[in-house]
Amino acid sequence: MTQQEALFQYLLRLGDNALILGQRLSEWCGHAPVLEQDIAITNLALDLIGQARNWLTLAGEVEGKGRNEDQLAYLRDARDFHNLLLVEQPNEDWAHTIVRQFLFDQFNYLLHNELQHSTDERVAAIAAKSLKEIKYHLKYSSEWMVRLGDGTEESHNRMQRALDALWRYSSEAFLTDEIDQLMAEAGIGPDLHKLEPLYHQYVAQVLDEATLQPPTDTYMQRGGKQGLHTEFLGYILAEMQFLQRAYPNMQW
Amino acid sequence: MSREELEKRFQEKIDAEIKIEPKDWMPERYRRNLIRQISQHAHSEVVGMLPEGNWITRAPTLRRKVALLAKVQDEAGHGLYLYSAAETLGISREEMIEQLLSGKAKYSSIFNYPTLTWADIGAIGWLVDGAAIMNQVMLTRTSYGPYARAMVRICKEESFHQRQGYEIMLTLARGTEVQRQMAQDALNRWWWPALMMFGPSDKDSVHTAESMKWKIKRKTNDELRQQFVDVTVPQAEYLGLTIPDPDLKWNEARGHYDFGEIDWEEFWRVVKGNGPCNHLRMKARREAHEKGAWVREAALAYAEKRRQRQQQKAS
Ligand SMILES: [Fe+2]
Ligand SMILES: [Fe+2]
Repeated sequence: MTQQEALFQYLLRLGDNALILGQRLSEWCGHAPVLEQDIAITNLALDLIGQARNWLTLAGEVEGKGRNEDQLAYLRDARDFHNLLLVEQPNEDWAHTIVRQFLFDQFNYLLHNELQHSTDERVAAIAAKSLKEIKYHLKYSSEWMVRLGDGTEESHNRMQRALDALWRYSSEAFLTDEIDQLMAEAGIGPDLHKLEPLYHQYVAQVLDEATLQPPTDTYMQRGGKQGLHTEFLGYILAEMQFLQRAYPNMQW
Repeated sequence: MSREELEKRFQEKIDAEIKIEPKDWMPERYRRNLIRQISQHAHSEVVGMLPEGNWITRAPTLRRKVALLAKVQDEAGHGLYLYSAAETLGISREEMIEQLLSGKAKYSSIFNYPTLTWADIGAIGWLVDGAAIMNQVMLTRTSYGPYARAMVRICKEESFHQRQGYEIMLTLARGTEVQRQMAQDALNRWWWPALMMFGPSDKDSVHTAESMKWKIKRKTNDELRQQFVDVTVPQAEYLGLTIPDPDLKWNEARGHYDFGEIDWEEFWRVVKGNGPCNHLRMKARREAHEKGAWVREAALAYAEKRRQRQQQKAS
């Protein structure tokens, strides 16, 4: 694999994480528990889809085959998507949505914090811009973790159930493969091994404040980064890509 | 001061174009009329999120997806300002939502029609936000201060929505034949419901006379409807689309377009709850409210715990 090929895949991972999570969050629009949170969760979706556009546009440029953000978002099938399994998991209830967000945000924050110093200036620029938004996302999801974990008995139980269900997807981000390695060697991306302890430290701190128990003895699922997804992704794409697939080659 | 004297002074203020503010004396009927109108307006913004929200996950490009998300989010914001404006009249947001969910309060009937294709998103922005603007521009001069000020903010965003919707229609109308047909079909389905948004004809409108006297409204339903038709017909012509009304024609003598009779039977059927989506819209709002109950309770419980902990620390 050349460095350029690795960078292309790496950018798809970044873009697809933001796109698929943004798509999931946008399902809440009009249906959130209270108007203020409808607006807030939509802000997160807007930020993420905006970030996805930047990453996918850059991915298309790096690939050099003339594909733009929409061709990458709308005309790839599930096996060519490289997002984490975590972000494609369904919204379920507000508890699952918040736990998924929190587990992702902390990783995403650490990642972008490093990427802003990337040797690739284009990567550094997008990361620096996204980082401001991601910091806010992390604050938002961390606050909700505590509020609901330490809220009522019902909210606590729901949060614990969501955490138990989603925990198995929390470590995939740190499993290093050839692409991560090539990117780290080139100074484009960080050494994920160094980020993992920071992640667990912060997560443990918030869970403690939220009076939630981190599950033990969980097998960590993996595969999304390499294009092996859960069954959910196919449905996300079927919905998202409908118009482009039903009416090919048109301007919208 | 006697009641007659108060009412006289109140009307003098209205006539002198002095805004009524929350702490001012106002007739009970003025207050109730406004609560009804503002809360109905707020509910319309919130229920209005549903038909367009229906296409967020299927928007055809990322640029369109972002624009639509932002638009529907704006409508949530409009709902918030309007609930706040209504709260200045002594009703709580919870009460208003209760009235919506129980079916006691109404919302705009336009949102009881389904969004079947992507072109409906264009048609809604163009026609529905376009019709809303006619009404809302008038309301920036309404006699109740908080309502008028909420409208000033809202109008700026609505005109952006209208342009965005029109731009979707233009893209489709200039696109392939399939897209042009999609746009025409959307216009066919949304035209008459959009005209109905202005409410019953003046001769049948129960609230108009009083609302005009108190300058809550400053134009009648029929005046606004005419204004909308006059503005919109040339826009349809520019798109190369046909308005589905065989009676539509320019009337030189009046200086306005003449247009066909609205199907009032359909109008009242939808108002009374039997439009294609009334039950689905209410079900969606009720579900969001019920499924969110534990979240709202937990947020309150946590805020209370924090307050107590801080108090303990302080003492
Ligand atoms: Fe609005
Ligand atoms: Fe609008």
